Amino acid sequence: MPIVSGSGETSNTHQLNKGVWTDTGAPASAPFNIIGKRMPLKDAYRKVTGEGVYTDDMKFPGMLHCRILHATQPHAKILSIDTSKALALPGVRAVVTGDDAENRFGVLPVSQDESAMARDKVIYNGEPVAAVAADTEEIAAEAIWLIDVKYEPLQEFLKPRDSLKDVDPELQLHDKVDKKHPATNIHKAVDQEFGDVEDAFKQAASMPSAKFNFDGISHGFTEPHSVLAHWDADDRLQLYTPQQVPHYTHRALAKVLQLPMHQIQVIRTMVGGGFGGKSDPFQHEMIVALLSMKTRRPVKVTMDREETFLTGRGRHPTESKVAMAFDAEGKLLALDSDVIIDGGAYGSFGVVSAYYNGVLSNGPYRIPAFRYHGKRIYSNRIPSGAMRGHGSVNPRYCTETLVDMAAVELGIDPCELRLRNFLESNTLTPFHKFRITSNGIREGLAEAMKRSDWKNKYGKLPYGHGIGVGCAWYISGSALPIHWNKLPQSTVHLKIDMDGGITVHSLAADIGQGSDTMLAQCVGEVLGVNLDRIHVKSQATDTAPIDLGSYSSRVTFMAGNAARAAAEEIRHKLTDAAARLTGQRGEYFDFVNEELVCRTKPDVKVSFMEALHEAQADIGALIASGSYQSPPLGSTFKGSNAGLSPSYSFSAFIAEVKVDPETGFVQPLKVWAAHDCGKALNPLSVEGQIEGSVHMGLGQALTEQLRYRNGQLLNSNFLDYKIPTPFDSPEIEAIIVESHDPEGPFGAKECGEGALAPVIPAIGNAIYDAVGVRMFEVPMTPDRILKAIEKKARE
Amino acid sequence: MSKKLLKLRVNGRAIEVAAEPHHTLAQVLRNELNLTGTKVGCDMGTCGCCTVHIDGKAKLSCLTLALECQGSEVRTIEGLNEYSMHPLQKAFAECGGSQCGYCTPGFIMKSCELLERNPDPTREEIKEALAGNLCRCTGFMKIYDAVEQAAEQLRKKQPEPSPVKV
Repeated sequence: MPIVSGSGETSNTHQLNKGVWTDTGAPASAPFNIIGKRMPLKDAYRKVTGEGVYTDDMKFPGMLHCRILHATQPHAKILSIDTSKALALPGVRAVVTGDDAENRFGVLPVSQDESAMARDKVIYNGEPVAAVAADTEEIAAEAIWLIDVKYEPLQEFLKPRDSLKDVDPELQLHDKVDKKHPATNIHKAVDQEFGDVEDAFKQAASMPSAKFNFDGISHGFTEPHSVLAHWDADDRLQLYTPQQVPHYTHRALAKVLQLPMHQIQVIRTMVGGGFGGKSDPFQHEMIVALLSMKTRRPVKVTMDREETFLTGRGRHPTESKVAMAFDAEGKLLALDSDVIIDGGAYGSFGVVSAYYNGVLSNGPYRIPAFRYHGKRIYSNRIPSGAMRGHGSVNPRYCTETLVDMAAVELGIDPCELRLRNFLESNTLTPFHKFRITSNGIREGLAEAMKRSDWKNKYGKLPYGHGIGVGCAWYISGSALPIHWNKLPQSTVHLKIDMDGGITVHSLAADIGQGSDTMLAQCVGEVLGVNLDRIHVKSQATDTAPIDLGSYSSRVTFMAGNAARAAAEEIRHKLTDAAARLTGQRGEYFDFVNEELVCRTKPDVKVSFMEALHEAQADIGALIASGSYQSPPLGSTFKGSNAGLSPSYSFSAFIAEVKVDPETGFVQPLKVWAAHDCGKALNPLSVEGQIEGSVHMGLGQALTEQLRYRNGQLLNSNFLDYKIPTPFDSPEIEAIIVESHDPEGPFGAKECGEGALAPVIPAIGNAIYDAVGVRMFEVPMTPDRILKAIEKKARE
Repeated sequence: MSKKLLKLRVNGRAIEVAAEPHHTLAQVLRNELNLTGTKVGCDMGTCGCCTVHIDGKAKLSCLTLALECQGSEVRTIEGLNEYSMHPLQKAFAECGGSQCGYCTPGFIMKSCELLERNPDPTREEIKEALAGNLCRCTGFMKIYDAVEQAAEQLRKKQPEPSPVKV
């Protein structure tokens, strides 16, 4: 397998932490000028100098400050809200409550179950109940404590199993629940069965099964939620927000404020980390909009860290019962899982989560018989939602642990057993007909095994020292848009005026993952120009065409393809111009280094600017529009749309750990992280995504958990919610596997989310190799590991 | 409580500003002096985003009352970018040490203090210096790269003396 080292691209003599490449032997693509080069992010210099503007950095003349009053009960009727004392406080300009906006909203059209503030009852401890706009933040903070809310407590739903029971309508958290369970607090139930599961288990030589428990976790982005609304003199709402999906916020604002969408502009500011936690339309966005409309003044809210935790939308707490069947050769025969995921107070992306927890287990292995019972329940805990690797991470831990257990039972090397079961390239999964295009997981696992010296380490390291493997796959964007309409999923506009600057308009949100840079690279590659010519405007809904935003790892694949299509249109205009100028045929021209060079006569060339000015004759600025829509995919049964994607990424990770059997403390030493991202458009960014995913996965594996007592979140700060520090973090070797997707832009697939899931089972399996205990509770904290070691000693 | 006159130097410039006794340095820098490069991630000393230099030492500006800085010399991320970009700023951009960018000013200020007292740190020393700073995007690897690259740049060439006395 050819390995291309990244060395030689920098003159620095120190050891750069660079990934390595491995190639799956796909046909060599055309040589690229910009694609595949290590590029600093286009906005990096604004970030390192402090020039970049995040919402809390903004200040408007006459701006008011908002503070939000949060519920202090997990489940209670609101008997009364008295705002008179707050309104009487000097400096207070307005107070709003749930009565100020009756229309409900939510990210999914099927789960419109949130109000701007609680109405009639509160359903989690931390839910917004009222809000104040005042001259200063201090006055607003004082005023919210003058608001008198009287509650009558109701029975609380804090254990997922309680939400499965039939209850009186008064105790249902939402009026719309799963149709098959109309008297419960089950939000969505999914039941799927394909193939002969019972028969598969009868024939099995190994059928590992276990109950798993996962605590909820939080995105932990460093920028707290912050939003600024300005109801301007033209009676238009300007909303500045660090949104991953400005478009959904735009829709929700129109609904809640009862305004036509065109009377609202959503402007995305810099996003200080998202990871799914800034992808729902939010109550605080509605609240500042209401306050600004009421006062006709700009209003800003910046949450503190506790409020940011309480806003939630992290990974669902999950209880899973999973069994797998294998034949004597280690061939996978069936997967059977029963999962309850705790959605907390709201629907959020939960219908999708309920499907993903099952259907995304149909890879990276071929599953010949599949059964899944999943229930997403409502509870009186903080809302769960989409978080990096949405819906695939916890089930992936279960299956990867069971695969390992089968390998031990059957006496087959765990990597070898995986290799016997991987999906092929260019194939369909048996039942859901998920279309696998390129698949570099075999090459990735082989490379990770080689680099980690797997064969000499697995089962051979001393007690307390172990190595483990975990594999995964993930969607490159959901092929199914949330809103059913005929619009493309991504549209990109280009404008080039006589100054030669290329403006790229897109609503794909750069949340630090580098999507602006990716768009610029796609355009720059097609037009053969330098990136400093290209200016990406991806903030404002007035100027950017609709894009479904930055979630489900869709941006590179979808917006990248749209940008490429728009640039191709400009390219045609420029080749026509070059043909007119030179008398050569347009299709003979290559676009390289700011020149259009005739392929057949290399001395015949025109500069980019000459071609541009010729093309602009009589029409002025060149404009073009490109778009992307997923092809028709998948099966026809009800619910078969969930999990469809035009392409899937694949990853194979190996982790080495030390476990102290006296304390249960785990020190991860190194992670070899092979990720098939198709063509790596910007290897620097791909490595950054892989390394960041490893770090975030490590947190869920070992230290991160949302802890509650009586419905109150206990650890809503960075001291008690433990994100790994530099000392807890292992060395990471990012291995880029290039598999060249046939439909991705320049062959690219996703790399932002898929690389998270394999970390956790790789650590868990390494713990087993180190001390011989299987961990069925995540995070694998020292006390849980000690308990498992002690239990094993007793057996 | 009434405001008190605070006299200090910020990024080499003499400043007089009226500050509430309970306001933190982070609040005064951001709200009164419009130096919004300093970020507030937690406001309780747990994330390091608000790190600035006070009399040459890296301090958390969210845990420092503004009036404690009476007569002090304060340096913020904006102060590293006068006349030319600081090698650390360039290195963080070039090495991918900044993704969402929110923690970046804090990391750079903390790294800057490290390199001023230890121009050739080992990776362990870098980890130790940055242990109080939280980054959720990068997994730290590219931040270490950036600090090492900047250290090398700084060792190669002493920065040109600034035309203005700082």
